[in-house]
Amino acid sequence: MYAQLVETGSKKVKTLEEMSEQERHFQQQVDAGIKIEAKDWMPEGYRKTLIRQISQHAHSEIVGQLPEGNWVTRAPSLKRKAILLAKIQDEAGHGLYLYSAAETLGVGRDDLLDDLHSGKAKYSSIFNYPTLNWADMGAIGWLVDGSAIINQIPLCRCSFGPYARAMIRVCKEESFHARQGYDIMMTLCKGTKEQKQMAQDALNRWWWPALMMFGPSDAQSANSAQSAAWRIKLFSNDELRQKMVDQTVPQAEYLGLTIPDPDLKFNLETQSYEFGQIDWDEFNNVIKGNGPCNRDRLKTRVKAYEDGAWFRDGLMAYAEKHTNSGETQ
Amino acid sequence: MSKQWPLWEIFIRSQHGLSHKHVGSLHATDAEMAVCNARDVYTRRNEGVSIWVVRANDITASSPGDKEAIFEPSNNKVYRHPTFFPMPDEVGNL
Repeated sequence: MYAQLVETGSKKVKTLEEMSEQERHFQQQVDAGIKIEAKDWMPEGYRKTLIRQISQHAHSEIVGQLPEGNWVTRAPSLKRKAILLAKIQDEAGHGLYLYSAAETLGVGRDDLLDDLHSGKAKYSSIFNYPTLNWADMGAIGWLVDGSAIINQIPLCRCSFGPYARAMIRVCKEESFHARQGYDIMMTLCKGTKEQKQMAQDALNRWWWPALMMFGPSDAQSANSAQSAAWRIKLFSNDELRQKMVDQTVPQAEYLGLTIPDPDLKFNLETQSYEFGQIDWDEFNNVIKGNGPCNRDRLKTRVKAYEDGAWFRDGLMAYAEKHTNSGETQ
Repeated sequence: MSKQWPLWEIFIRSQHGLSHKHVGSLHATDAEMAVCNARDVYTRRNEGVSIWVVRANDITASSPGDKEAIFEPSNNKVYRHPTFFPMPDEVGNL
């Protein structure tokens, strides 16, 4: 999802008997649904995994601004431009809530950013695809933010207090994102033939990458079993993906658009949709840094950060000068 | 290497006359910038009418290890709750 393939450093989930007393106490609290707070004792693996997961999530919010930034100056009307700007501003805010949650675990903001810029930390594969036409703004809001909501709502109940609270704020704002996206799609689909074709083209390009966002099947994964035991992952990748497909197919039908999957069919017995094979080679390739826009996204982030360094330093120097001269601020 | 901006904790009072409530944190070079950033980040949808910012370093917190010593004693003082005293129906509101 916004955090994909998070390493836990665990080969197998320990039983309560195998745990130290501290660990057992921690696990029992998690099992009882008691939130873990930043200053509580926690296993090192839990702390490290959360830092990885939350920072990956934060990086995704920040890098996720770039594909949409491409369309701010090209939005079809002032209203659409204002809405897009508000959405992008929200993404910055989501990044900030999440970075703050990660920082409660004892890691510095600058270290997190360094890991993003050096390529050591990952962000969601979805943001390495280009935004080629205006309808992509609709498809991203509808499919990408829609998928994010499916992933994030359960995380509001995760075991780590600061992460859960950040997710609650994010989820409140996220449905605006999904709806403004669907609204763009509805407008295009009610428009001319060419406009409807733009919407179909965007759906064709974003459908499969959106399904990949949830990550490969993790039913057998030791990392996912550990994350589930720690309650920082509440549903499997396949369960969440299925939910996304089931809720999105009727929305595409309403628009009169076709999901680009010849194998898609409704299963009367399970009351949900069966869908075709996902191209995991493509996913792995994007994760490895070879998607259509990986290099460009990172280059843009690093440039923005480096170009702003003199300004950040100047503000800090100004604040220190005033503190040192004893002036009240 | 640039110096990291200090961390500030943000408290917002919502519309309804309630106390300021902790909403999150952010980095800023000074208090004035912390207020500006808090406005942009935490009040984009009418969430508040007043903002407090406090340097995270200036907050002293109780330690989770002392939880029992600090909070346990109040558990055995049930007489602090009004429901400890049964009242006859005849006396009405009391």
